[in-house]
Amino acid sequence: MENAKQAASGVPLLEGVKLIRSYDGRRVVDVEWIEIRAGEVLALLGPNGAGKSTLVRLLAALEAPDAGRVLYKGRDVAHDDPALRRAAAALLQRPYLWRGTVAQNVEFGLKTRRLPAAKRRARVRAALEAVGVAHLEDAPVDTLSGGEAQRVALARALALEPEILFLDEPTADLDVTVRRRLVADLERIVRHSAPAIVLITHDPGEAFALADRVAVMEEGQIVQTGTPADIFEAPATEFVASFTGAEFMLSGRLENAEEGTVIVRLDSGQTLECAGCGEAGRRVRVAYRPEDVVIALPGSSATSARNRFPATLARLHPQGGLVRLRLESDGLSLEAVITRHALEDLGLVVGTPVVAQIKASALHVFPT
Amino acid sequence: MDVLLEGLREALGLLLSGDPYVWQIIARSLQVSGGAVILGLLVGIPLGTWLGLARFPGRGLAVALVNTGLALPPVVVGLFVYVLLSRQGPLGGLGWLYTPSAMIAAQFVLAAPYVAAITLAAVGSVPPELRLQARALGASRWQALLLHLREARLSLMAAVAAGFGAVISEVGAVMMVGGNVRGETRVMTTAIMLETRRGRFATAMALGLILLAFAFAANAFITRVQQAQPRRRRPLTS
Repeated sequence: MENAKQAASGVPLLEGVKLIRSYDGRRVVDVEWIEIRAGEVLALLGPNGAGKSTLVRLLAALEAPDAGRVLYKGRDVAHDDPALRRAAAALLQRPYLWRGTVAQNVEFGLKTRRLPAAKRRARVRAALEAVGVAHLEDAPVDTLSGGEAQRVALARALALEPEILFLDEPTADLDVTVRRRLVADLERIVRHSAPAIVLITHDPGEAFALADRVAVMEEGQIVQTGTPADIFEAPATEFVASFTGAEFMLSGRLENAEEGTVIVRLDSGQTLECAGCGEAGRRVRVAYRPEDVVIALPGSSATSARNRFPATLARLHPQGGLVRLRLESDGLSLEAVITRHALEDLGLVVGTPVVAQIKASALHVFPT
Repeated sequence: MDVLLEGLREALGLLLSGDPYVWQIIARSLQVSGGAVILGLLVGIPLGTWLGLARFPGRGLAVALVNTGLALPPVVVGLFVYVLLSRQGPLGGLGWLYTPSAMIAAQFVLAAPYVAAITLAAVGSVPPELRLQARALGASRWQALLLHLREARLSLMAAVAAGFGAVISEVGAVMMVGGNVRGETRVMTTAIMLETRRGRFATAMALGLILLAFAFAANAFITRVQQAQPRRRRPLTS
């Protein structure tokens, strides 16, 4: 659906070109190029302070860049451009509701757009229904819970039926259960609503669950853009890898490269077959996700994994329903995660000999 | 003690019987101080809003000057306004001296800093992101600014009360530029001075009671606003 809409126009809905913004001499945003396509969900993923919110303020014409251009449907727009400002709506990290009732808040943007009262009421009702708080229409905002307030703020933006909706960490301030429900609802809302959505988040899980494309930001720059699968399976840099969960690194030297696979001789002596390419002889780091390390008992049937290491279970660290394991194999330490059930089924205790396996495609090689 | 009780009894009688002399003075007080506060709002709210939101070099000094304005001695204000309006003064041509206009002008100078200082604090207490959020929903700068002021409206009402409280009970400035002319520029404070000196305690007390009532009403309102502020619970807004 998104692709069809995009192909119809050919021009991206919104583009940022060579955008630069500094505060007090510190460069907060330095983005070569970013595009937002009609109807897509683009996640801006990065740690706190990566410049995500500032980039959004520049793209939404709420703040002027020091240098660079913003193009709306191929047309250069200045800071405060009225057409873009009317086409876009942004939701800040906190709900920032103003005094009055829920309906008065949701109506705000429609009033500034001078919509007649009857139309306003219909839109307010529809928006509140879409986010599941229609029953709160006449409630004063100071009686709302945090989750309700965030939903009302979302309705306030959706009521405008924007072409582009910017959502700045809409779930960041909520507690876990409220947050889980809102993410689930957001997923439904973003799938069924027309606007292009730019979702700012520092949570890779949220980005991968909600977005069509993900742009990863680090220190003001976009370091990788791609589908969630691209980013997850082929992180472009060590930062992207570690930020998206492949936080464990092994050091070694590239020995041999052919046909999309490389052999890495680890400093601990073992060899690893990894997906990737590179020049033999280079020092590299290999990143993996602990959930990609598969544990088996010695002598159990072999899997397709190329990399198999006999190891000893050195440590157990329960984390909710999961257990984190530390495996030692001749100077090589590996982290793994399995469920509590799997732990019990395998009868693992500290000291149990096991076989650790990891697929070549689950290993990501970065030059150092 | 008898003098006091007798005076109070007579004072209540004057007020209840609608004594024209007393009520005319009360009306003039309200006209002068009310006029001064309205002018003070017209100048003080924009000034306070600007100082509260703008960032420019010298802002700290400007804020300090406004706060100094809270401590302006009415007699000194009276002196300067007198000089300005006196026949040889730059505004002497207006012919305002010893008229209610001169009194309004003097009390305006006293009221405006109160309004500006309270407005400044009020707009500063609203999170600036609120304006950004309004703009992010398509509001113009003016619409966002109006929303910001609307959020601060309780405190702004306190600004009205504080300005009024400051001028209604002031005596030095109105005495100097108004002259306490019977039926013209006599207000509650100047009348109380005069009647007391003449020994007409009942009249003075009648006016004193009304003046106290105004001062009490203004302060009761401010107190209510101040106590209402911390109780406002808006989720995640500041």
